[in-house]
This record gives sequence, structure tokens and C-alpha cells, in this order.
Amino acid sequence: MKNFLGKRAFASGLSLVGLVVLVFFLSRLTGDPTDLYLPLDASLEAREQFRELNGFNDPLLVQFGNYVWDLLHLDFGQSIREARPAIDVVLEGFSWTLSLAIVTMTIVTIAAVVIGSLAAFRVGGIFDRIATFFSLIGASAPDFWIAIVAIVIFAVNLGWLPTSGTGTIWHWILPVAVLFVRPFGLILQVVRGSMITALSSPYVKTAKAKGVRPRPIIFVHALRNGLLPVITVIGDQAAAILNGAVVVETIFGFPGIGKLMIDSILQRDFTVVLAAIMISALAIFIMNLLIDLAYAALDPRIRY
Amino acid sequence: MADHLLEVQNLSVEFHTAQGTVKAVQDVSWHLDRGETLAILGESGSGKSVSASAVMNLIDMPPGRISQGRILLDGRDLLKMTDEERRRINGKRIAMVFQDPLAHLNPVYTVGWQIAEIMCVHGTAREKARAHALALLERVGMPEPEAALDKYPHQFSGGQRQRLMIAMAVAMKPDILIADEPTTALDVTVQAEVLSLMQELQRETGMGILLITHDLGVVAEIADRVVVMNGGRIVETGDAAEVYRNPQHPYTKKLIGAAPGKGQMPEEMDRDGEPLLSVQMLRKNYGAFQALKGVSFNIMQGETVAVVGESGSGKSTLARAILRLEEPDGGKALYRGRDLVSMDLKELFSLRRDIQMVFQDPTQSLNPRMTVFQLISEAWVIHPQILPKPHWRARVAELLTKVGLHPEMAQRYPHQFSGGQRQRIAIARALAMEPSLIICDEAVSALDVSIQAQVIELLDGLRREFGLSYLFIAHDLPVVRDFADRVIVMKAGQIVEEGAVRQVFEAPREDYTRALLAASLDPDPEVQAARREARRKMETAAA
Amino acid sequence: MAMSDTATTSPRPKRPFGTFLSLLWADKFAFVAMLFLLVVIFCAIFGPWLMSDAAGSLNLRGRNAPPFQLDLGWAMILGADSLGRPLLPRVIIAAQNTMMVAAGAVVFSMIIGTTLGMIAGYSRGRLGQIIPRLADVIMSFPSLLLAVIVLYMLEPSVSNIIIVLAITRIPVYLRTARAEVLEIRERMFVQAAKVMGASTGRIIFRHILPVVLPTLVTIATLDFAFVMLAESSLSFLGIGIQAPEVTWGLMVAQGRAYLTNAWWLSFWPGLAIILTTLSLNLISHWLRIALDPAQRWRLEMGGRKNG
Repeated sequence: MKNFLGKRAFASGLSLVGLVVLVFFLSRLTGDPTDLYLPLDASLEAREQFRELNGFNDPLLVQFGNYVWDLLHLDFGQSIREARPAIDVVLEGFSWTLSLAIVTMTIVTIAAVVIGSLAAFRVGGIFDRIATFFSLIGASAPDFWIAIVAIVIFAVNLGWLPTSGTGTIWHWILPVAVLFVRPFGLILQVVRGSMITALSSPYVKTAKAKGVRPRPIIFVHALRNGLLPVITVIGDQAAAILNGAVVVETIFGFPGIGKLMIDSILQRDFTVVLAAIMISALAIFIMNLLIDLAYAALDPRIRY
Repeated sequence: MADHLLEVQNLSVEFHTAQGTVKAVQDVSWHLDRGETLAILGESGSGKSVSASAVMNLIDMPPGRISQGRILLDGRDLLKMTDEERRRINGKRIAMVFQDPLAHLNPVYTVGWQIAEIMCVHGTAREKARAHALALLERVGMPEPEAALDKYPHQFSGGQRQRLMIAMAVAMKPDILIADEPTTALDVTVQAEVLSLMQELQRETGMGILLITHDLGVVAEIADRVVVMNGGRIVETGDAAEVYRNPQHPYTKKLIGAAPGKGQMPEEMDRDGEPLLSVQMLRKNYGAFQALKGVSFNIMQGETVAVVGESGSGKSTLARAILRLEEPDGGKALYRGRDLVSMDLKELFSLRRDIQMVFQDPTQSLNPRMTVFQLISEAWVIHPQILPKPHWRARVAELLTKVGLHPEMAQRYPHQFSGGQRQRIAIARALAMEPSLIICDEAVSALDVSIQAQVIELLDGLRREFGLSYLFIAHDLPVVRDFADRVIVMKAGQIVEEGAVRQVFEAPREDYTRALLAASLDPDPEVQAARREARRKMETAAA
Repeated sequence: MAMSDTATTSPRPKRPFGTFLSLLWADKFAFVAMLFLLVVIFCAIFGPWLMSDAAGSLNLRGRNAPPFQLDLGWAMILGADSLGRPLLPRVIIAAQNTMMVAAGAVVFSMIIGTTLGMIAGYSRGRLGQIIPRLADVIMSFPSLLLAVIVLYMLEPSVSNIIIVLAITRIPVYLRTARAEVLEIRERMFVQAAKVMGASTGRIIFRHILPVVLPTLVTIATLDFAFVMLAESSLSFLGIGIQAPEVTWGLMVAQGRAYLTNAWWLSFWPGLAIILTTLSLNLISHWLRIALDPAQRWRLEMGGRKNG
């Protein structure tokens, strides 16, 4: 277990270092953000002072060294845009995205697992066909398009739901619903496939021969086996949301980490971008560990 | 007229497939009484399992359909009951044990939970069920039963898993135990133990056993009566000993004739001169595990040497190490005086054509995406000096004819053939190399008895025609009895006994060989009864 | 001697293309999907050549013209955009960039990923250990975000987008190819080929690749849909292809400003994306069966029954 954890942390850490280096140098190569933040008529002196303050005058490697040194002291730097520690800005955005991911993935998982299992129980039946049809459409739909269509219908034409913000529970419905569609379609297909395999497996035959009722056969005997391949896909989808549901957050004005990153990139607030990358990498590392633990919990044959 | 415990009357089952309706069984009738053992004997595709599946309500409908017949349990027709009524009977009055217990036990639940479950679904309280599960594990002879309750199926050996299945099946003291090929994948000594466990339990509870098998030996060991099936129909039925002694139907006669281990044993041959292959102190380790602990033997030109052993004895590793599919860790294998183990890859490459291999499962040893022509002619693509291209087509046709297949089959793909035909293709492929030694790794183990006999006959004929030598690896002693010249018995990576076939079979020197011989089942019920008696005497003497 | 005749002239099975068609016909959904895809491919290749004039013509009278009105000419059947450019020709010429990016990214990532994956799966040495780590590293990059950052820093040209998307998709093929090779390498028919003395190259290209390829092609079809969606998202966010070039995702983005009064601006290109990805999903499903000789009979039989 320890060995396994170490290997995992090493691989993640390595890719994180690569990413930070890449983003750091790419960002400096595109010029400094002075022009964006100072008024057009700012004096040369003011510009110089701004550069000095933010360390943009040092050689690149020195800047990088300073950055890494600060990082080792858990100092992620200041957000230029908001003039407060970048980490605060990022954690705020991340907490929104985390809630969004948890809410969405919980609903998606429950819906996909229940519907997929029932569809697999009667392959080719009417329920199966409807479920398969909708999962295919769901898996094929671009989220920004669904978001737009949903806004037109539910917010503009019917006026039932607000278009953006986070104030009430009503604000959550559209983002969650839009984020729901694609993971639901993908996960439903995987659940259905692996449950078909599980339900036609020999141990299900044994359960029938023992006189076990149909519902425990689906949800006790088959499901625990059928969930194994599903968990990987759930993890991938959750990771995609945690990385920032960029499109959905942008459209619905949801102040999550995805929108934060896009805004920060567009406004060259690179300390925030770097902090955001590290926080979401950490989140995904933890989530992958949880996935592995879930694997081990579901399947006694897996030991790390 | 409820005079039988379970009675199947005129049962017909068909399956709707893409190719049209397939009649799995037609007009099948049999009955089972308390305390007796009925065997349904048949080869693959005979429909021998179908009626049992119908009894257990395990046929998926659709695509399956029971087109006619009745299944009477104590005079009540199961087919007229609701699913819920039948569910109550399953496990409680009729229980089932399957082949391949690893696949049939749920991998993600503890065995204690799974055994308790059968009692819980039929109304026993959880706590009580667990206590009873422990008692059952003790009863079936599971070592450390307390600890075993909380283990998972993958933590047991094959034989132990089948004991678990049996413990689960007898938990509710059923009236009927259906056992579908319960010992097929097990080693012979384990097979004997499992069968005798079933018999003991039968004596204790008086249950009726329905045994489905392809193995005449199993029938001889355990069955009172036998039903012989072929092509979905019952061809013969009667007292097991009577059917063996005096078979009426041609199919039964053929089946009994094909049973291995009754032919003339070859005379010992002259073993002077230089051996074709001389294996000397061959070793192979997997980490700390020693798979081969220094194995030495010789094969002469034109000789068939059989290597017999149970799973884990290292016999397959031996074959793979000689061919260097696994790199040996020490020792020599001198082929015509040249050491296969130490030679460089280039030399090995040119020698490859001299030593060929036929694998256990022809489904897997033939590339599914190549036609038969491509499969066989690949030999000449790799070694162009054997045959120039213009002759390939004619030679493939010739080889196919030689192994008993039609030359026109050359354009087909492997999945279009039956198991026996596929093994013939694999043999034709080996022959295309014009080898002098063929290693057969369990080459007939996966085949039906009658097919097995044909393939062995084919190999034997080829030996005489081409002067081939064989290294024939098998887990089953009777199979090698009338084919091999010499027998090597292996256990735990070492040779236990080696000798001419007659000596090993008629005067074994080692206890292990004697145990193997005693455990292997003879198709003759009388021989089997005598052996059972002898075994019991050995056991009492030992105790 | 009829026998020997058939033996010498190779008994020709059905022509491969005929077999392909009949297998496709057997699955009606896949058949329709394939027809649709052919139309899309036709549009992608010839669309700009045939339609660029019509797509670029400004018609101020037809600004935001609603769909299904024929009085402004056939090109306006789907309506017109804010500059009065007809939507139908624009959707048609946008197919080119959309398909080119997706095809380019899929081909690159598939070739590179498969090669690396097969090396990783077959070699027992250091390479077999290092290459999978590479996939892990790429996988743990947030892919859309990486694309956003890189494209913001670099110029968002078609070739840059292809490169970025290709890199993020390499691990998919690498992992699949490696896992398959690891499994197939141990299969008996590979062992049999070794016993016959087959060279490593022959084992990889003649025995392993044909078995791996169908899986990879199936994945590539699915992935094509994925890459299309990713490209559309990038264009939608304004960091993909830039105007005046046009892609479906960009068209959806441009229409967003007029959602309340002209929904069709975003609707049609979005529908084009959905239908194309849906078709790809259906074909991928069909391929999984059609490319497997042991399963193909399902289609062959089904086709006979239906036809």
C-alpha cells in the first residue's frame, strides 16, 4: 500500500512539476501584464514601479527560482487582478466547483447505475431501448449547445429559471442539468454493458439456483461486480468537472475554478492560473486515490 | 402417479438463434428417485445439461422455449408453477453444483456470506445461518473452517472451491442434488475425493443425485443408472453396469470403445544409440518458486514419451522451457547433440522447424484472423527453404487431407470449425514444418472422448508414417496408456518415476504413481468397484 | 475434374466491399449514420469550393432572417446570421475546419499512441516501464485547460489546435494498445508463431496488430466524436479557430449573443455537431461487431433476415 501510494504521488508530482514549468515559462514568454493593469496614460515611472513590484524585471530563471522558493513556503503569490493572495482566490472558486462536481456526479451516478442496471436486466426490451437511445444522444451532445438551448427554453422563453449566478437553489438547476447530460450518457452505456456481462455470468446462475430473488440478484450479486469498470469512468468524468467545467461555468456565470482560470488567463493573472492548476491537480490526485480505495473495497481480489 | 421424486416427461427445449430454431433437446424423459444417482452422459453439444437447466428454471426465455413436456417434482408440474414458487424450490428442495466453481462463486463476497445466503433466502436467521455454514464447512472437510468463512473464493484451491459449492448446495438438506460436470477441471486425486464426498453426503441425507458428465469413468464410479444422450436425444438408458457391459445403441458402443486406457500397450523399444533429445538437469524458477528442479530424460528417434502430472507439477513448464518459450535457469537440452538452452537465437531460429508444438486449446492457438491456408502456409513464409511458393496450395490441400479434413476448407476461418477439427488444423500446421519432434501440451485434454480417440489415432498414424517422435504432456494416465512408449511421472517440479509404459502401469514403483493410478477412473463399473474396495482397504490400513 | 479446378483457382469469397456493404445494411442505424457521415465528408471536402461565394454574401435585408422561408432563396432555408449571411452554406463550409481538426488530431494521436503502446507492451525492458509513465503524465494534465493555456500563448491556428488535441489524446491509444498487446502476447497463437520461428516484426505486424487494430479503430471513431466536441468547446470559448475562419463551435458561439431573438444562429451548427457525433457513436458500435470475425455472423444473419 505504501509503495503504491509513493509511486502514485511520484507520478502525479512529476507531471505537476512539468505543468508548472510549462505554464510559468509560456506565460512569461507572452509578455508582462503591465499594459493590462495600468491605465494607458500611466507614466513610465509608474510602469517601472509596477514591474519592479511584481518582479517582472528580473531574469526569467531568477523569477522562476523566486516563485519555487515561495511555493516551498506555501506562498502561491499575489493575484494581480484581485490584489489578494492567489490561493484565497483559487480556494474560493474551487469550493464552488467542488460542490458542483459532488452534486452532479452523485445524481449522475445514481441515475446511470439504476437505469443502466434495469436496462441490462431485460436486454432489448422497451426500457432498454429508450435508455440506450437517450444515452447515445446524451453522450453525443456538446455541453455548450445544450446550455444555450436550455437557457433559451427555460430561462428566456418560459422564464422559470435564472440564467446565471449562484444565489438560490434555482441557480443550480441549469448548470447541474447541463453538466449531467454527457457523463450520464457515457456512464449509462458502461453500466449497461458491464451489467449485461455480470448478469450473464456463472455466479448469477448459481444465485438463481440458490433461489435468490431477482432484485438481490441485480443489486447485490451482479451490481458489485458490474460496478468495477464503471468506477473508472465515473472517476474520469468527475475529474473533468473538477478540472473546471469551463464551458458551463462560463455560460452560467458560475464562479467556479474553470471560469476563474479562463478569466485569469485572459487577464494574464498567472499566479492564479498556477495556483489553480496545483489545487485541481491535488484534488484529482486525492480523487484517484478514492477511486482506487473504492476498487479495493468492491473487489477483494485487488490489493495494493 | 407420484411414484418418482423427480420425473421429466417428453421434454423438448428449443432456442431461437440467428441461424433459426435449434432444438436443444427433443422428447427427453427420465426420472430420479430418493437415494439413487442418475448420470446423464453425453459429449459437448449433446444437450445433456439442458434438462437440468429446465428443472432449475435457468433457461433464458426467450431465446429458449420449452415446447413440450412436463417436469414433475413429487407429482407436481414445475413448468406450471409461478417463478416465485419455483424460486422457493431452488436451493431448498433441489440444489445445484456447477463445473468451474471459481466462476460460479461470486468473487466479491466471502464464502461464509454466500453459504449463509442460501439459508437466508429460504427463511433462516442470519446468525443461525452463519453457525450452520461453519458446521457445513467442517462437514465437507475444509481445513480451518472458522477462518475459511471470511475468505473469498479466489483464496482457495480448485478442489476446495468445489467443496464450498457442495457445502452451499447441501445447506438446506435438499431432496435432489444436481451436479453439472462437478469434477471436470480437477486433478484426478481431487476428483476422487470430491466424488466420494458427494456419495457420503448422499448416504447421510438420502438425497437423489443427478450427475451430468462426459466422463465414463465418473459414471462408473458413482452412478446407479445412466442416460446416454447424443444430438439432443436420449439414445440409451439403463443400469450403469449393464449399459457398459452390453451397450445397445451404436453411439453408446462408439463412446465406450473410444474410452482410453484399454488398448494394447506397446512393447518396450530398443533404446540404444544417441537420443534425439536429451534433457539434462533442466531448471526453471519463478522468483523463489522452483517450477523445475533439475529434470533429466531422453527421447529416442521415433519414440513417444509421455509426461504425466497433476496441476503444478511443472509438466507444461518443461515443454515451454525446452522450446525456450520460457528461458530455463539451468541445465541442458541436447537436440541431436546441440544444446537448445545455450545456443544463440539465430541457431535456435533455424532449429525451430525441427521441434514443433501442439497446444491444449486449439481455439486459442490458431490466430482467429487468419484463414486455414494462411495458418498452414505461414510455416513456409517463415522458412522459405522448405517449399517454394507455387507448391503451397497443393501442399496445404495434401496436409489437410492427411489430418482428415477437406481441402476446400482452406479458405475458412478457425471459428467455423469444431474443436476437434481445429486441433487437426493445428496438427497440420505443425506438420507443415516437417519436424522430427512434436511436443503435445495437453493436446487432447480439451476434446470430447470420441474426438480425443480420433486425434490420438491420427498422431499415432503420423508417427508411423513420418517416423516422428512425441513428447506428450497430459494430466490423465489412461490417455497415454495405449499411445506412449515411455511414461514420466512428475510431481512438484521433479520426476517421480520413469519407465516403459507397461512397467509404469502394471508395476509402478512409487507410491505417488500408485495413487495416481488408483485415483484415475476406469470406464468399467466393475473395475471401478474393485478399485474403490482396494482404496478403502488402503485407507483403513493407513489409519 | 471440377474438384482440382476449384483447388487451383483460388476460391474467391465475396468481394470485400460487397461484404462491407451488406454488413452495414444489416444495421439500419449504422447505415443511416454512415450515409450522414458521407454527406458531412462530402461537405467538408467540396463545401468551401462550391459554396464559399454563397456563404460570404452579405444580405442586409436578410439580417437574422428566420428559417424555413423560401422568399430569400434556397440558401436562406435555415435562416441567416447577424450580417445576413445565409446559414445553410455557412454550416456546410464550416464542416471542413471541424472535420480537418478532428481527423488530424485522431490520426496523429492514433499513430503515435499505437506505436508507443505496442513498443511498451512488447518490450520487456526499460522502455516497457517508462512509456506507460509518459501516458500517466499526459493523462494527469487537465486536457481542455492545457489546450486553453497553450492556445492562448501560441497562435490558435488549425495546425496548433491539431497538435494540442493530438497530444491530449495519445494516452487513450497508448494504454489500449499496451493493454491489448500485453494480453495478446501471452495468447497461444503468438506462442505458436514463436515456436514456428517467426521474427519479432512478423509477430507484431502479422499476429498482434490485426487483432489490436479493430479495437483501436473502434476507439478512434468514438474519439473522433470526442475531439470534435473538444474543438467545438475551444472555438466556443474563443481560443480555438478564429474568425473569419469558421467552425461549427465558433458559429454556436457567435450566435450566443442573439439567443433571445434568433435562436437558429446557434441551433443549426449545434445540431450538425450532435448528429455527426451521434453517427460516429453508432458506427463505432457497429464496428465493434463487424470487425470481429467471431461476432460478424450476427450482422450477416440479421442482414439476411431483414433483406
